[in-house]
Amino acid sequence: MAKIECPECGEQIETTGIVTVCPKCGADLREVMEAVGHERDERMKTIVRDDSVTTHEFIVRTRDLKKIYVMGEIEVPALRDVDLDVRRGEYLSIMGPSGSGKSTLFNMIGGLDKPTAGRCFIEEVDMAQLDAFELAWLRCRKIGYIFQTFNLIPVMTAMENITLPMIFAGMSTDEMMDRGRELLDMVGLGDRLDHKPYELSGGQQQRVAVARALANSPAIVLADEPTGNLDLHTGKEIIDLLKELNQASGVTVISATHDLKMIDVSDRVVHIRDGEIERIEHRADIDLEVGGMGEE
Amino acid sequence: MLDVEGLAKATGAGGKEKIKIQRQITLPWVEAVRISVRNVTIRLGRTMITASGIVLGIAFLSSVWTSGVIQDGLQQARFEQERELVAATTRDQAKPDGGKTEDSAAVPGEEKQAQNSKRIWLVVMSLLVCGVGITNAMLMSVTERFREIGTMKCLGALDSFIVRLFLIEAIALGVLGSVLGTLLGHLAMLGIFALRERSLSVAAKMDWGQMLTYLLLCILIGTVLSLVSAIAPAVRAARMRPAVALQTEI
Ligand SMILES: Nc1ncnc2c1ncn2[C@@H]1O[C@H](COP(=O)(O)OP(=O)(O)O)[C@@H](O)[C@H]1O
Ligand SMILES: [Mg+2]
Repeated sequence: MAKIECPECGEQIETTGIVTVCPKCGADLREVMEAVGHERDERMKTIVRDDSVTTHEFIVRTRDLKKIYVMGEIEVPALRDVDLDVRRGEYLSIMGPSGSGKSTLFNMIGGLDKPTAGRCFIEEVDMAQLDAFELAWLRCRKIGYIFQTFNLIPVMTAMENITLPMIFAGMSTDEMMDRGRELLDMVGLGDRLDHKPYELSGGQQQRVAVARALANSPAIVLADEPTGNLDLHTGKEIIDLLKELNQASGVTVISATHDLKMIDVSDRVVHIRDGEIERIEHRADIDLEVGGMGEE
Repeated sequence: MLDVEGLAKATGAGGKEKIKIQRQITLPWVEAVRISVRNVTIRLGRTMITASGIVLGIAFLSSVWTSGVIQDGLQQARFEQERELVAATTRDQAKPDGGKTEDSAAVPGEEKQAQNSKRIWLVVMSLLVCGVGITNAMLMSVTERFREIGTMKCLGALDSFIVRLFLIEAIALGVLGSVLGTLLGHLAMLGIFALRERSLSVAAKMDWGQMLTYLLLCILIGTVLSLVSAIAPAVRAARMRPAVALQTEI
């Protein structure tokens, strides 16, 4: 870790090589960082929004992320040195066969598990540095989780499931009810407020889960095989819903899948195999592929 | 089908804001009690299975104490009957002898002491049964809900919230189970003695003040035991990393 000085305001900054703007005035630090020996990484360029708030292009970054599960004598490497940059506001699909490490990566990014080595940054913050309160706050307010198995609380109604994260966020009861209703309306379940999960179909349960993920207006929605337990049509509806959300509110969506039919909404597709990133496809490439397939 | 304007409004501008990590997360007591109590009452069938350990243990304890109080009552009644009989015979024979009545009082006294030590041993035994039953019940109610715990942590619950929810639930479960167990043990013993004596007079002969104290003590012990035995599994479950809790299959 090196100490550098901001060329604009003179602030002393400890840098790990990840932070590339001055936390005080927002000045670009890459020149200075290069001078103290940090390699320049073009991917880490920062962008300045027109509202003059400095934002970073990447909302999530992983560096040399490793996860090894130890089961008795055997070590199972689930992630091997994954470097992934997720852009703010993008719809990113993580694609790979079963057992390739999608869920493991999802758990690291979502702060649900600790990596064996390497680092995971949300915004510019190293998740390993967060205490229990900050981690809970992050999970509650900034990340929305969607699971393959829906994971609704079985004894709670749709409304109660959705308002639970709002309780944790300290929202007032009236506010919670209004917002809960709004969210359920939005996913097309406005008339199912008091239904328990078992009274809903799989697709409806996943809609409730989507609404719950959005309860506290998160910055990131993490979806781990959200269509894995749904038929093609219902799965498509959920994916379309996620895409609409992504476009309507700018929420970053990271969605794991092993189904090729679910990725044509993605801005980028990260292909992962045996815990390593194999290749990354961009929107243009995907369009080409889909177009090409149509012509045949 | 999708209403994009509504979407933007409902989801808010969360996606565009820069994240500034904070740390205020709350679970008000009112909400915690509401969630826990509903959890217990909504699946009564499941709850009763979980609570059966408490019910059985406390029923045992309650029956030991009830039978004790009943036996004391019966003995007292028999003793008084005897004394009356003795008084009657002495009156009949017109031979007043104060020492004789005192002698007959000494015999049940010794008997009572032997009975007391047997009873203490039974109480200790039933407390052990209680402890095992309740610990098992709590362990069950926590382990069968690992997934739920993992989900709650994903939604932002602190470890302490999980512990709080389970402890409130343990108290609710404890009160419910011990009230039921206490009544069960009590009524069973009343029934058994009424059958044995072939009359309902056992109820009239016992010391109800003492009985009530014992019954309340049963409920208190059951509740405290379930609270105490819930602490360890609840803390252990709350500390699990969400990924691990979510992965458990039941
Ligand atoms: N808790 C665990 N203990 C041991 N091995 C695990 C555990 N979780 C996942 N793995 C292993 O890690 C690898 C990646 O798993 P996972 O991330 O679940 O893959 P995916 O979600 O892509 O199907 C697999 O080989 C799997 O067997
Ligand atoms: Mg998986």
